[in-house]
Amino acid sequence: MDAIKVDNLTKKYGSFTAVDSISFKVEEGEIFGFLGPNGSGKSTTIRMLTGIIKPNGGTAAIMGHDIKDDAIRAKQLMGVVPEMSNAYVELSAWNNLLLMGELYGVPKKDREERAKKLLEQFGLYDRKESLARGFSKGMKQRLILCMALINQPSVLILDEPTSGLDVESSRLIKDVIRELNRTGTTVFLTTHNMEDAGQLCERIAIINRGVIAAIDRPEALKRASSGIQSIELSFNCIVDAEDLSNFSCVKKVKKMGDKFRLYVDDVNQTIDCITDYARSHDLKIVSLNTLAPSLEDIFVSLTHKNKPGED
Amino acid sequence: MHQLEQLQRSFAVAKKDVWIYYAKGPVMVFGLIFPLFLLIAFTIGRNMTVKELFPGLMGMAIFFTSTAVGPAILPWEARSKTLERLVSSPVEVWALLLGDVFASFVFGLLISIMPLAVAVLMGVEVVHLLVFCLGMILATICFASLSILLSVYPPTDVPATVMMLSSLVRFPLVFISGVFVPVEEMPAWGQTIASASPLTYFIDLARYSTTGISYYSLPIDLAVLVVSTLLFLVVSIKLHERFLPQRLS
Repeated sequence: MDAIKVDNLTKKYGSFTAVDSISFKVEEGEIFGFLGPNGSGKSTTIRMLTGIIKPNGGTAAIMGHDIKDDAIRAKQLMGVVPEMSNAYVELSAWNNLLLMGELYGVPKKDREERAKKLLEQFGLYDRKESLARGFSKGMKQRLILCMALINQPSVLILDEPTSGLDVESSRLIKDVIRELNRTGTTVFLTTHNMEDAGQLCERIAIINRGVIAAIDRPEALKRASSGIQSIELSFNCIVDAEDLSNFSCVKKVKKMGDKFRLYVDDVNQTIDCITDYARSHDLKIVSLNTLAPSLEDIFVSLTHKNKPGED
Repeated sequence: MHQLEQLQRSFAVAKKDVWIYYAKGPVMVFGLIFPLFLLIAFTIGRNMTVKELFPGLMGMAIFFTSTAVGPAILPWEARSKTLERLVSSPVEVWALLLGDVFASFVFGLLISIMPLAVAVLMGVEVVHLLVFCLGMILATICFASLSILLSVYPPTDVPATVMMLSSLVRFPLVFISGVFVPVEEMPAWGQTIASASPLTYFIDLARYSTTGISYYSLPIDLAVLVVSTLLFLVVSIKLHERFLPQRLS
């Protein structure tokens, strides 16, 4: 069974289409990344999946339960960390977890056991009686994740789970996501952090202007984007970037400190041009690396493709 | 079974409301003192006995305490970014709202016992105790239900806006409900207006409980409170379901 199945899901606000007939499936036990620039429709999609807003068209189901017709059962199987979310700051960490447990119908004994285990796992047990008001951003985010896990969800939906967090909290959350996935939890996450997406996700979808621009495994996306090859090089002295951009096979030159990154059509031909250029200008090549496209390159390429005035 | 589960979850919402919004010193003090201040302001200089004041005092105590915090809960939750988390949990909108009503009911009932106790200590005899208790419970549920209706529109996350608008409804409702002048002493147009307010019927019940005299018949007083409660609940649930996405956007 698909953990998440989305079919022609659409959301309109007046004449503006925030999400335009998107379709995808997330298999059980998968970590699925949902990437896109600000305003691309990521959070709107999550809000529809979690039953916060109703779609104008299409369907979506969580573990076979339709989010419109069988919303409560679908929600019962989900753990959610919404983007704009907070714990109850007037309640202690412990009471926040017990409240969530009650809202998900977890029996008293179980919710107390799970609350203890989760707070220990996330390094918050020592502060269980402290009001969430006094927690740092990282601690609050860890608490919110604990709250999302109190019902032992089959599907965990995370909207920007590591956004703005310190390294330690971010790493802890990523480790927990991997561990949960190892024990069978399906994870659906949005992130702006390409490195996180590359490290965590088995498949990713890139949404832009409400439309899915690409959906595949990260490495497959990189392979498919061979047009975004680049070369990183540096010389022994200062060089005018204009000279490098005049090479016929170079599409774009980016100066990065004492290095240049050249986005090229043909790597071999560009290396020939570079060596000729170095020889003719009496320069030494200090370093030269050919780079496969990063996830970020693919993301930028796909999300800028349809912008007015480009391509 | 499903409805029962949802009802249990609405109790969890109510417990949360009590912890966060009601069990606060200033809220309790407001609940106790505000009706008293209003009563003093409108009766000073008028030669009225405690027994004559009792129905109006109880009406105001129940009305103001059970509508004091309810309208601000949803805007406050939206502002503090907890509403989205709550709405994404497996709790129906009606159960969420019922939780808010339960919390307002408990607060209204407990606080209103204080003026009742004071009145009894000052010599007011509640002759029809059962009728009074039933009326008090029904009125508190009714006004608690009204409190969630008052937060429907605008679907804002600014509690002050909702509280200001709810005051525009709550204060006139007190003035037209026979708190200071019994309905039978009002002019015909006043009686017509008073009949539109559920508070009128509780005050009528309270007057009956202490004097044995009422303007409306007992079944009418009770029926209006029940029907008003159902009306407030149904309308507010329907409207909240419609406006909740706007509050969250």
